[in-house]
Amino acid sequence: MERLPSPSDWTFDLIETYHAEIAKTAKSFGLDVYPNQLEVITAEQMMDAYASVGMPMIYRHWSYGKQFIATEKNYRRGHMGLAYEIVINSDPCIAYLMEENTMAMQALVIAHAAYGHNSFFKGNYLFRMWTDASSIIDYLVYARHYIAECEERHGLDAVEQLLDSCHALMNYGVDRYRRPQKRSLAQESTQRADRERHMQQQVNDLWRTLPRKSEHTTESDSSRRFPSEPQENLLYFIEKNAALLEPWQREVVRIVRKIAQYFYPQRQTQVMNEGWATFWHYTLLNTMYDRGQLADGFMMEWLSSHTGVIFQPPVGHRAYSGINPYALGFSMFTELRRICEKPTEEDRRWFPDFAGTDWVKTLDYAMRNFKDESFVGQFLSPKTMRDFRLFSIRDHQSEPELEVSAIHDDSGYQALRESLSRQYDIGSREPDIQVWNVNMRGDRALTLRHTQRNNLPLHDDAEEVLKHVARLWGFDVHLESVDAQGHISRSWKAAAPRQTD
Amino acid sequence: MAILQQIIDRRLSGKNKSIGNRERFLRRYRGQIQEAVRRAVSGRNIRELEQGEDVTLPRHDVSEPVFGHARGGDREYVHPGNQEYLKGDRIARPEGQAGGGSGSGEAGDGGEGEDDFVFRLTREEFMRVFFDDLALPHLIRTQIAEVPEWKSHRAGFTSDGSPNNLHVVRSMRGALARRIALGGEPRKDLKRLEAHLRHLKAHPQAEQALIKNEIRETEEQIAELRRTMRHVPYIDPIDLRYRNRVKTPVPSAKAVMFCLMDVSGSMDEARKDMAKRFFMLLYMFLTRHYETIDLVFLRHHTQAQEVTEEEFFHATETGGTVVSSALVLMDEIIKARYPSGEWNVYGAQASDGDNWHQDSGRCRELLVDHILPVVRYYAYVQVAETEQNLWQEYAQLEGIEPNFAMRKVSDARDIYPVFRDLFKKEGVPA
Repeated sequence: MERLPSPSDWTFDLIETYHAEIAKTAKSFGLDVYPNQLEVITAEQMMDAYASVGMPMIYRHWSYGKQFIATEKNYRRGHMGLAYEIVINSDPCIAYLMEENTMAMQALVIAHAAYGHNSFFKGNYLFRMWTDASSIIDYLVYARHYIAECEERHGLDAVEQLLDSCHALMNYGVDRYRRPQKRSLAQESTQRADRERHMQQQVNDLWRTLPRKSEHTTESDSSRRFPSEPQENLLYFIEKNAALLEPWQREVVRIVRKIAQYFYPQRQTQVMNEGWATFWHYTLLNTMYDRGQLADGFMMEWLSSHTGVIFQPPVGHRAYSGINPYALGFSMFTELRRICEKPTEEDRRWFPDFAGTDWVKTLDYAMRNFKDESFVGQFLSPKTMRDFRLFSIRDHQSEPELEVSAIHDDSGYQALRESLSRQYDIGSREPDIQVWNVNMRGDRALTLRHTQRNNLPLHDDAEEVLKHVARLWGFDVHLESVDAQGHISRSWKAAAPRQTD
Repeated sequence: MAILQQIIDRRLSGKNKSIGNRERFLRRYRGQIQEAVRRAVSGRNIRELEQGEDVTLPRHDVSEPVFGHARGGDREYVHPGNQEYLKGDRIARPEGQAGGGSGSGEAGDGGEGEDDFVFRLTREEFMRVFFDDLALPHLIRTQIAEVPEWKSHRAGFTSDGSPNNLHVVRSMRGALARRIALGGEPRKDLKRLEAHLRHLKAHPQAEQALIKNEIRETEEQIAELRRTMRHVPYIDPIDLRYRNRVKTPVPSAKAVMFCLMDVSGSMDEARKDMAKRFFMLLYMFLTRHYETIDLVFLRHHTQAQEVTEEEFFHATETGGTVVSSALVLMDEIIKARYPSGEWNVYGAQASDGDNWHQDSGRCRELLVDHILPVVRYYAYVQVAETEQNLWQEYAQLEGIEPNFAMRKVSDARDIYPVFRDLFKKEGVPA
């Protein structure tokens, strides 16, 4: 194989050359990707991308301005290097190359983002189920225009407040347990007018019964429950049922909900996604080196960056802030390959189905069919636990001390694995809050119910969030926190916003 | 295999994409930003007004609430980097938090903890807020921000312009040069052919058919060449040259600004602050017009003295008030250092209107006889409501003296009308 030129400065031709070689190498491992679009950008544009939640564009909102200021400040003070990779889950898949990077770093980013993340977006079941890569960019363009139009028609303040309220509920705009309707975002914008009419009709039906003075409270309270079963998707429920929302407001709620849905898989696959991309940039570039295509200095350069990315500070270290998803993910995929190629006795006991199989096929299977929670539950190997020196701490509020409940030894592997798997379950990370009841006959108040897991209390932000819910709902809103015994241990209330118009 | 790839250079597009978001951010925190600007203004020197400023917002104000878990409850959390623990070990609960890093995975934004949110206003943003505070109309803002006087002068020649700027000599010179340049080759050939023709005609066997033929051919060639040369146009649009004029801003050379202020006990901090804004605005207005600006600070109670800016704003003295002392001193300084032929003199006086009653008439006389004749403009602001004798004396001048204006200022937004007068005086419609 021919040695590729390796000056430190990149040129467009060099990027093309490297990209072609990386693509060939990726193909030889059977990585299936969306076509790539590499975009060379400046540091300022990278900060823009950060501020707009990694999207090439998004509607205007003050919070993105805040984010940009914060990013810029940290960057200027040298608190953070700009991550060298942002990649958009779209078709074609957009990867950003920062102009300040050296050629070695550009090659790393191409391998990492344009082949690693890209193939993950295309293959992983959550992304296939939840996101529509072919039309996301068009949808974002539509959303931006629509919201700009609303600003012109209804004023900046009205739109800003509405978005603030929607953002507060963004994590509750997704059906976690139901399969989503697979509807292309492309159809979204075309059907808007029909939808608005139809939705208003439905809302009107729902509220058609005029509220009567409750003469027979006992009867009316128990006569009819609405919704008939708890709803987890708060934004959807509001979009469909809030009586006082204007059609344009419903559409804005919907837009935020759609975008939240698009990010939902990313929140559940961080370890896998970063691990997969890191594993592949490492594997692709090393393969090219073994074939004599890359120079030594070039390798040293990206390897030093790679080492930084997969560093896991131990607990108690100044830089420690939980488990580094790059480190854990990279270690797990690397381990899986080792288990396939050179299984030990231990591996055969732990992974009878995978030990000694074709590693490319096995990794592909793992990438496609899991999310962080199940991936850890299925593939976390004893060796990784030993390498990371994992241990679990039990912290019960009723006890004065913490207890070490498992460590990286034979008796602890299984427990550690289960515990870490639970840690990545979004259901345990975020409070379980659902729509519980709407008082149809009386004051139309909405009641939300928080079902406590392991007695975890709600954060004080709840009160603020509730005000946002009330703003969207238009009537009083209650929140009840229910413990394991089914008792309401705490409740909040937000009064309906006063009607100004 | 066809590799599907595309490399796009985006570096030149989409600069400043976040500007709309930043504007919205500033809009949202307008109140706090205004407050920060006010504080900054009162802490700055007159000359240092136009800079950016760091604004600090409490973290709580910029946070966006979401549902989340608080401390407490029963949890289990996996950490890396075990050094000494064995299963069953008990650890004292760390101070101030429940269970080693239970918060990971719910970390705040960017791990910045509870620090305040600090960001920098640019100079433009700062000035915008400052102007907002003074309720300056937009028209005036642009006038303040622009250099109002232009001088036009010649700057060589251009190849396009309006006919009245056509420079005939220059154009003809160009035409001649072009004709020479384009006619060079044919002229050489013509000379050569004519010489050849003369030579042929002088030939002894000129009558021979062969020679005759050659003569005829040569003559034809000559005629052809002459035709060609005639086709070189005498003048062509390309030759035209126009006088070029450019406009350059003219800051008139020099200005001096006298700030007069009463520092008797009745001038409290708030009143001084008001006066300071007035002086600042006047200074800014002057920087747009003049290249160099001197500032002279005169403060007075019963006597006047020239002081530094620092002392001017931050020293309080008590005692009575004799305003004329400052006017006398101003007059002396003008005579000594700022002859009005070379300097544009501006005077700005701030006072609470309190004056020793026999002195006010004298003040008016001083103004009329000595000061108004030599200043471009004199503005008096009274930072108190009550009209005392000084106000009444000065009021006699208003409308009679063209370069004098007076106003009561009880709020920062009252300062602008003084300026409106000022702009009127400068011949700019406001």
